[in-house]
Amino acid sequence: MMNNIIKNMRINRLVRINLVGFYTIIRREIKRVVRIWIQTILPPAITMTLYFIIFGSLIGSRIGDMSGVPYTTFIAPGLIMMSIITNSFGNVVSSFFSGKLHRHLEEMLVSPMEITTIVFGFVSGGLFRGILVSLVVTIVALFFTELKITYPLITVSTIILTSVTFSLAGLLNAIFAKNFDEISIIPTFVLAPLTYLGGVFFSISLLSPFWQSVAQFNPILYMVNAFRYGMLGISDIPILKAYTIIILALVFLFSLVIFLLKRGTGVRN
Amino acid sequence: MEALIIKDLYKTYSNGKYVLKGVDLAVPEGDFFALLGPNGAGKTTIINIITSLTYKTDGSIKVFGHDFDLQANLAKSFIGIVPQEFNINMFETCSNILINQAGYYGITRKEAIIRTEKYLKSVKLWDRKDDIARTLSGGMKRRLMIARALVHEPRLLILDEPTAGVDIEIRRSMWNLLREINDIGMTIILTTHYLEEAESLCRNIAIIDEGKIIENDSISNIVKKLSQQSFIFNLSNSCNKRPNIENFKVSMKSENEIEVRVSSHQNLNDVFQEFSKQGIEISSMRAKSNRLEELFISYVDAKRNDDE
Repeated sequence: MMNNIIKNMRINRLVRINLVGFYTIIRREIKRVVRIWIQTILPPAITMTLYFIIFGSLIGSRIGDMSGVPYTTFIAPGLIMMSIITNSFGNVVSSFFSGKLHRHLEEMLVSPMEITTIVFGFVSGGLFRGILVSLVVTIVALFFTELKITYPLITVSTIILTSVTFSLAGLLNAIFAKNFDEISIIPTFVLAPLTYLGGVFFSISLLSPFWQSVAQFNPILYMVNAFRYGMLGISDIPILKAYTIIILALVFLFSLVIFLLKRGTGVRN
Repeated sequence: MEALIIKDLYKTYSNGKYVLKGVDLAVPEGDFFALLGPNGAGKTTIINIITSLTYKTDGSIKVFGHDFDLQANLAKSFIGIVPQEFNINMFETCSNILINQAGYYGITRKEAIIRTEKYLKSVKLWDRKDDIARTLSGGMKRRLMIARALVHEPRLLILDEPTAGVDIEIRRSMWNLLREINDIGMTIILTTHYLEEAESLCRNIAIIDEGKIIENDSISNIVKKLSQQSFIFNLSNSCNKRPNIENFKVSMKSENEIEVRVSSHQNLNDVFQEFSKQGIEISSMRAKSNRLEELFISYVDAKRNDDE
């Protein structure tokens, strides 16, 4: 009887530690995003404005329709998704790596918080920035084209799933990174090509059958198309297949990140 | 109850280097304990293993009865750590550093704000609460790390060379703070190079060298084991010739300073009598180095001689 009471008290204590700890990390991450808004919120707004001016208004008007909608409307969901991907990734990779580099990540590592709580905290920061940037870029897009949300649930769930997936990818990059060069390699040499080839600016139906098959290995293709389906109701990929791939990528990255951090890779001796 | 029990602790790095070779240590609750050893002896490795920043190769650790292998998070919740190197977020304000740290240990924000004021005041940094950490001096950063380690009110506080690079005045005030928190029941483990610090603060010490504990006893018992001590006598008048005192090793440090080695079975009064007989007037005297320092050197030297 007494043993059970003590056991329950310990469990309650650890639950409280993890709940308050999670809230503390989220609060810290959100404050960071808002505090350095010139680095976090403003750049995607400017970049996307330029994309819409050049690819939407100037070039897009000569392209005409794509998949049955004006080109500017076609690229809008892709550009929003592109911002979500780069910002979620960038937020977590920079925050986690800077903690690792300046060693204040140790504050969390020596604390009684679970590794999953720390991961949830950082990922929530990436999710917050992803959602915030998606709102800003959507507002920018509305200046250039009319947008509707055909399937709100699909639209919102794709934003959340994509943002979480790329926050985890950013965390993975930060775990292995030993210097600042190594946190810019993945965004430059992996993320950017995959994003540009992931159907942001074109429908993969324009590609030859061979390249269409190759494109199926690009996870960003599924995210862009799921999001485009949610907004415009058009997609190159069956929506169920898109969700399956996104969720599999998320679960794989989450499991890998937890495995590595529990093993101490990149953060402990 | 023991605050910390370490049994047969081993650490081997992937390059095959043995850092710890079977460390056994027990620190009773409420103790003020010093872990001494030369650079590279394994002090920081032990601390990093206790705080989970380094994984052990073998052995067991219990903190207030909670086994690290079974209840690591529960064990960690009792520990506060002040590491050797700065690991604070240099772009965060002092108060936010403490509030966040409290949050990581499950302390609500409301309570954390109250404790932040209490502990920033205790380390005399309350007036810098809104300043970002990078604007603080080295000594202030070290005090901030102490406040951060205290904010969740741990039962075991571990300090890895907390007063390194801190001026004497601040060192003394830090000692007073550590004495106060030990007096209210917090167990403290300290590693330090300042042996005076250990002798002044701690009740028990362990000496570690090359990954092994070579001595573990109370300060008083260890000092009793001190076989020899050197004293420096300052002379009122200069002396050109080395005085000869039977059974004592005497050497001239300068015209006005004589060094005498006194064994534990010898009497210092005999030295004064001999000086009087030889017409040498003593104006003052002091121990050449602190007692613990002599003991520490003798232990480490003796062990190395044995190895050779």
